Amino acid sequence: MELGQMQKSLQDYTKSLFVEGILDSQFLQLPQLQDESNSDFVSQVVSLFFQDSDRILNDLSLSLDQKVVDFEKVDPYVHQLKGSSSSIGAQRVKNACVVFRSFCEQKNVEACHRCLQQVKQEYYLVKNRLETLFKLEQQIVASGGMISAMDLGF
Amino acid sequence: MAVGEVMRMDIPAGGDLSVTSPELHVLAVDDSIVDRKVIERLLRISACKVTTVESGAMALQYLGLDGDKGASGLKDLKVNLIVTDYSMPGLTGYDLLKKIKESSVFREIPVVIMSSENILPRIEQCLREGAEDFLLKPVKLADVKRIKELIMRNEAEDCKTLSHSNKRKLAEDIDDTASSSSSSSSSSSLEDSSVKDFRSSKRMKSELSSPL
Repeated sequence: MELGQMQKSLQDYTKSLFVEGILDSQFLQLPQLQDESNSDFVSQVVSLFFQDSDRILNDLSLSLDQKVVDFEKVDPYVHQLKGSSSSIGAQRVKNACVVFRSFCEQKNVEACHRCLQQVKQEYYLVKNRLETLFKLEQQIVASGGMISAMDLGF
Repeated sequence: MAVGEVMRMDIPAGGDLSVTSPELHVLAVDDSIVDRKVIERLLRISACKVTTVESGAMALQYLGLDGDKGASGLKDLKVNLIVTDYSMPGLTGYDLLKKIKESSVFREIPVVIMSSENILPRIEQCLREGAEDFLLKPVKLADVKRIKELIMRNEAEDCKTLSHSNKRKLAEDIDDTASSSSSSSSSSSLEDSSVKDFRSSKRMKSELSSPL
């Protein structure tokens, strides 16, 4: 595939993530924080988000699987995930966490289990999409092209 | 330079702020590893030196306020601004704010609170306790730029106040008929935290009144 086509694909793909609400405008803040001194910032912070989220989701699963669910423990995990997803613009994960928290407040165990599934679903979706996004970028760079912040915003 | 005395700026007579200013050293406190990374970059891109810690307790330790060490020997720390998350396990951002404002050594350091929750009583409580400003998460580059400008402006005004009062003294010595309209800015104490709070809270209130 020729470079111009790849770049167009990247733009279209990126745009689709916003149109589908998977990402919000906060994601566009991230390329602004990348420069020569820190040329990998976006992928670094996103990787950090993945690692951190894997940990939180694991802890959440464990907490909800207890015989007696301790919501004092569950809620802070959801709050953490809500915060970090918000910081990188993972809108649907964040929104799923908001719903999750309201059921934590009601101490509704069954609903919380459903919420956890929903959060996981949204998380795997954004993870998958962002990994694809970074692959597309890598292909462009490997073909001698350049990614500008403009490619990630519109 | 005494600890807690925030950086001096050499302001030429014209009051031009574009003269070389030293970098702000910001202490950023957040329990979220993702948010720490983001806030660190936001600050570095805005030409600040940054130290990040993951809890209020670690912030106090860094400042030497944890009781284990005295506040002496910290002359070189020179923290010019503290930015802290509100909701943290253990010491909240509010608890940290209180401890800093209770310290005779560090109370002059501006403290900015960040929170993902737009809770007006919480915001007001922080401003009343002496927070410089309140940022709604997720924090954006424009927020950091605004805070930095606010801090730099406050520092410049503090310096101007000092230099004006010095100049005024000189003028009075030389000429007793100095005009009575001598700079009124020197009479308003810019270190009066309630004035800062009022201005901040005014701005926050006008921001909050816009539809969410």
